Amino acid sequence: MAINVKVVERPIEETSYVRATLKGMANTLKHLVGGHRVTTQYPEQRESISRRWRGTHRMLTTEDGKAKCVACGLCPTVCPANCIKLVPGEDEQGNRYPLVFDIDEFRCIFCGYCQEVCPEEAIHLGRHYENAEFNREGFIYDLERLMAQTHPVTEMWDPADPKGE
Amino acid sequence: MSMVTNSLLLQAVIDPQGPIAFWPWLAFTGVKLLVFFTIYMLGVAYLTLAERKISAWIQHRHGPNRVGPNGFFQPLADGVKNFLKEETLPPYVNKAMFILAPMMAFIPALTIWCVIPWGASWASPWGRVDMVLADLPIGFLFTIAVASLGVYGIVLAGWASNNKYALLGGLRSSAQMVSYEISMGMALIPVLLFAGNVTLRSIVDQQAQMHLWNVLTLSIAFLVYLISAFAETNRLPFDLPEAESELITGYHTEYSAMKFSLFFIAEYANMATQSAMIATLFFGGWDIPFMTADNTGAVSFPLVLLSMAIMMAKTLFFLFFYIWIRWTLPRFRYDQLMSLGWKVLLPLALAYIVIVATLMLVLDAAGIDRGLVYGLIFLGVNAVLLGLFFVFLDRGKIVSPANAPLHAEELKRLRGITASRARLSALSGD
Ligand code: SF4
Ligand code: SF4
Repeated sequence: MAINVKVVERPIEETSYVRATLKGMANTLKHLVGGHRVTTQYPEQRESISRRWRGTHRMLTTEDGKAKCVACGLCPTVCPANCIKLVPGEDEQGNRYPLVFDIDEFRCIFCGYCQEVCPEEAIHLGRHYENAEFNREGFIYDLERLMAQTHPVTEMWDPADPKGE
Repeated sequence: MSMVTNSLLLQAVIDPQGPIAFWPWLAFTGVKLLVFFTIYMLGVAYLTLAERKISAWIQHRHGPNRVGPNGFFQPLADGVKNFLKEETLPPYVNKAMFILAPMMAFIPALTIWCVIPWGASWASPWGRVDMVLADLPIGFLFTIAVASLGVYGIVLAGWASNNKYALLGGLRSSAQMVSYEISMGMALIPVLLFAGNVTLRSIVDQQAQMHLWNVLTLSIAFLVYLISAFAETNRLPFDLPEAESELITGYHTEYSAMKFSLFFIAEYANMATQSAMIATLFFGGWDIPFMTADNTGAVSFPLVLLSMAIMMAKTLFFLFFYIWIRWTLPRFRYDQLMSLGWKVLLPLALAYIVIVATLMLVLDAAGIDRGLVYGLIFLGVNAVLLGLFFVFLDRGKIVSPANAPLHAEELKRLRGITASRARLSALSGD
């Protein structure tokens, strides 16, 4: 059985290499002199990021500067990456508070479940993306660091307002 | 004191058009050497910046703009980076050749720069000063010979690296350069016929005398030379020796730091040299257009500077052209490269030699002297030839497409063969 090869008689515009080349050169020249630049000049200019951007965490504080967290243990339980380390403590009045609250930002997948589940609205993800560190240990954020962060926090997706308007 | 008066007296009798004495010649050559090579090396460094900037602009980016105003000192930063980087020497390489190869690629590119005439001769108080480092009597034969040496650097690099990709890159490069060198040399023969001499100076003079650039009188030769020059310098669309996507940059895969940088510089130096060659051979060189004052032997210094500026402008234009083409055309397939070189350019160049030689014989016999009329006749012939070129050759024959065109009869014949085979095998019962 012979293979059926379809022979297409191509028009001259499609077979001429010189014409295609000249056309291409005109095109590149047009872009060259067009002067339109799309690059964001990063440290000086920044792209605006979404209000639902999920970056590194923040622990919100009460007026007297304590962490809002009551060490309920919901966030370490829900965390799919298992990256929250929580050791609960209790003071004389019987208030629970976190003795240790570490988040390994390297293991975190920024799913936002911890923020979603927190009954005290204590732990939040942040709208922030500049996270360079000199070593891996620097990415384990302890309670002090989580409280010291100042960047704006993420807004969670609201089913009543799916487009965030 | 007597020395001074002596030299003053001497000066009075020296003819500015005449040959220059030994000591002033030596001094001037030293100065020229410094000036030309400073310009050359700086030019090559800034060519890398130009390439990055132009490519960026074509792609709607900014290009390097962090070091100095608008990235102006980027080449310096690159240079420092390359000097400070680690020099790797893989254990399995052939050490001597591995170290020799970058130099072998770099030196020929540098050497050709000596023979390119950069301007009209200067009628200095000490005699005639030529604006060329070495006015060799063998002219462009030297440039072809030395340019072809550059391939040894690349082949050696590929071989010495002991790496399959590098070796493939080196082999491709040698095949490519050898095939395109022939077309390149053949494209120069019409130029040689016109000038009657191989020195680059006489080629420039001849174009000035004819009042027409060789690109107009010898257009086909120019086209062939231009394409071959792209192949010779390994630039896109002929950068098969490097071919990042398939050979991980080919012959310089194993190189790092300054050795790698040397290959890079060699490529840009080759580009600069070839641009200057194209400007000299086909675009009138340093000859100032619409002016005859610069063609009267040695001239005054401002005119020399003007002619040098003109030559520089032409060279810069072709450098821009190289970069422009690079960001326009995709890389050729290997078989396309070979068939273009051997099946299109070489026969074209050969046929063109015959046409030019015949026409010259006829015109000389008719007693037309080599002036404007002579050139115009060639211009007319070229227009016809270019027309033929576009009508007959530029029909899918220059670059073979991925689906090679198969004519209807050819297809029928092939189908016939298949059918008769099928019949035969049915008869023999297997
Ligand atoms: S964002 Fe998700 S993965 Fe990260 S700490 Fe919170 S729950 Fe765990
Ligand atoms: S869910 Fe909120 S309150 Fe509970 S442990 Fe986590 S951060 Fe603290």
